[in-house]
Amino acid sequence: MLSKVDGYIYPNEIELNWSILIVLYPYITGLVAGAFILASLERVFKVRVLRPTYTIALITALAFLLVATMPLISHLGKPLRFFEIMITPHLTSAMAIFGYVYIWYLMVVLLLEIWFDYRRDLVLWSQEKTGFMKHVYKILTLGVKDISPKALKWDDRLGYAITVIGIPSAFLLHGYVGFIFGSVKANPWWSTVLMPVIFIFSAMVSGIALVMFVYMMINYIRKKLIDMVCLDTIAKFLLVALILDFALEGLDQIHRIYEAEESFQILDLLVKGKLTYTLFIFQWGMGMLVPILTLAYLQMFKSNARLRRILYLISSALVLIGIFFMRWNVVIGGQLFSKSLVGFTTFKLKLIGSEGILMTVVWLVVPFLILIFLLWLLPPWKRHPEEATSDK
Amino acid sequence: MPPQIKRLALLFAILIGLFFVARHFLVPKSFGEFGHYRGLSLTENQAKTAHYAGEKACKECHQDMVDLKSPNVHKTLSCETCHGPGLAHVNSTDSIIPMKVHKEREFCEICHTKNAARKSDNIVQINVKEHNPGEKCIECHNPHNPWLNLK
Amino acid sequence: MAKSEVKSRRRFLTDAALLTGGIFVASGLTPFGKLLYATERKNPNGPWYGMGIDLEKCIGCGRCADACKSENGVSREPFFFRTWVEQYTILNDGSVKITSPNGGIDGFQQQVPDADIFKSFFVPKMCNHCEKSPCIQVCPVGATFDSPEGVVLVDPNYCIGCRYCVQACPYGCRYIDPDSHVVDKCTLCYHRIMKGQLPACVEVCPTGAKIFGDLNDPNSDLVKFKKEYSWQVLKPHMNTDPKVYYNGLRAEVK
Repeated sequence: MLSKVDGYIYPNEIELNWSILIVLYPYITGLVAGAFILASLERVFKVRVLRPTYTIALITALAFLLVATMPLISHLGKPLRFFEIMITPHLTSAMAIFGYVYIWYLMVVLLLEIWFDYRRDLVLWSQEKTGFMKHVYKILTLGVKDISPKALKWDDRLGYAITVIGIPSAFLLHGYVGFIFGSVKANPWWSTVLMPVIFIFSAMVSGIALVMFVYMMINYIRKKLIDMVCLDTIAKFLLVALILDFALEGLDQIHRIYEAEESFQILDLLVKGKLTYTLFIFQWGMGMLVPILTLAYLQMFKSNARLRRILYLISSALVLIGIFFMRWNVVIGGQLFSKSLVGFTTFKLKLIGSEGILMTVVWLVVPFLILIFLLWLLPPWKRHPEEATSDK
Repeated sequence: MPPQIKRLALLFAILIGLFFVARHFLVPKSFGEFGHYRGLSLTENQAKTAHYAGEKACKECHQDMVDLKSPNVHKTLSCETCHGPGLAHVNSTDSIIPMKVHKEREFCEICHTKNAARKSDNIVQINVKEHNPGEKCIECHNPHNPWLNLK
Repeated sequence: MAKSEVKSRRRFLTDAALLTGGIFVASGLTPFGKLLYATERKNPNGPWYGMGIDLEKCIGCGRCADACKSENGVSREPFFFRTWVEQYTILNDGSVKITSPNGGIDGFQQQVPDADIFKSFFVPKMCNHCEKSPCIQVCPVGATFDSPEGVVLVDPNYCIGCRYCVQACPYGCRYIDPDSHVVDKCTLCYHRIMKGQLPACVEVCPTGAKIFGDLNDPNSDLVKFKKEYSWQVLKPHMNTDPKVYYNGLRAEVK
């Protein structure tokens, strides 16, 4: 490895400390936060056309949240000591908040919101099903059988309240990760006030793209008609979020280039050298500019539904890949240059091993498997029609 | 109160209760004694085994060598600078664990090779290729007193 | 926009504003300094240890780096260092070459011919045992801490190996021990200094370039060092208040 070092690095910097698993974690929590924000657009901000994606967004968020801790724990030097973060969190550390924010978001926000939304169906399914599944649904109802209109009204109110709390919670869930990086004064690539904000906006971008992608895939697989008004609205929100994210990231770089502080030379070399492909091509080119131009074109000019669907699918996939590389460029990029500001080291990504490519693929595939399971357990398309008139 | 909230409150109360019980057993006893860390760690860090003895320990048996060293330029060197860690040697009872004795030229060169970063008034430097190449330094220089009886 | 939508939006915005305002007020009340880092850690009652390094005296022999590995059982392969020596060679054209072959343990070979050299010098590096250390600030579990004597220590039995402190250290002095998978770093030979001995690196330095001492003791070598020389610390702009003071530190040192 020594032979791959460029310039001078502090001896202990030869090995990167945070590798691909730490790229994955913000990516996954970003997807969770973003998907949730899209769901909240319908619930809190009453963007009714997004109704078809409301439950899918929540369930997708849950599927990914369940996997979110795994890359973190498997990356630890002593994974079996992970509980220490819950019992003795060091309050000056942004990372210490992880255990509580995660539990809060999982238990209080996501699980409860899905529970309040599905409660009526859970009760009815527990009455209709037989055998093993009957018991499963019974457990999921937590023993509460009341589905009178009064109780249902409470479900609605509580679900609304949870979503309202959920929005700042989602910002906290992902914003603290941005703060973890943004508050490291030792690293000039990470240390910026904009880091939590950029993380949140790129989270929203990736989450919206994920829901768009999942919604289209589910409907393709089930051979159902896609609600184009809904999809077009999602695309609009995606475009706005993309533009805002791009503007913020652009501002960060412009500011850095303009002020040209002590670290500028090495960062300039970093961006133009080791990060050329991952930053310019994958993140900004494929991941942002192409989707922005495509979505803007589709907003401005008429096109038939089939073309729009294809372009939406491609754009959302590109965005998902692009945001992964955004996390890559932040995490890996920030460790490729030395804190001496006059050297580079290299990153060796192995195929197998606890921090290898295969492990990463596993942690990316498992959420989809969980999603499939959850969609089977709580099918959004087999819900019991509501008795009272409502805006469905 | 609606039944959902009652049931949820109960569930959360149980979970939070379980958490505090678990916490009581999991947090190490000495945690927080002096600050946000395990107080016992201070003792553990102090209890690590040392390997260097310090020159005072060498003096107890080898005063002659220390006397040989003290009038000359190597007086600022601790015995262990060249002979390596000596605590095992000091503590050895039945069979004395020997100290390292470097005889090879390369060892002296570590300090004395000419280098632009070294100041001549601080340390004598030699051009290793020209200064008696291939010869052991100790053939002419007494390592404890380099200028003594120089041949 | 339906009336209900306007109302709910308005309600949400007011709630959000109240919440943010509340946080602002609350933050003004809490002593921020205390939360972020210990602003006043210096213990006036006991020893407060630091280190002085005289670059005028260092000859780059690497005995310190070697002794540290022997004393503390730091693995020699792969290489990680609790302390290491760098050589700076400033060429006549202004460019700077910095090297640290095996941390300086095997000494240095001059790479650049004398004629091209403007100035050259050695810089031993180690944990600075900062008074406002960012590494302690970011540890999520409390596995690294300041001892009452001002020595920044690691608790290998509690560390979870998250590596946040390694990222936060501006000086690159922390690393993950390849065998135990937890963080390791210079401990100022805590096990030696608490028994009245010198740190191993200070013990073996042939020119007395490393000076260990108690900053609370006006008669200690270190306090005398600070008085006599116009010392500097590494990366003062980071505001970490390092306790390793260099004499002869030049601007080229990274």
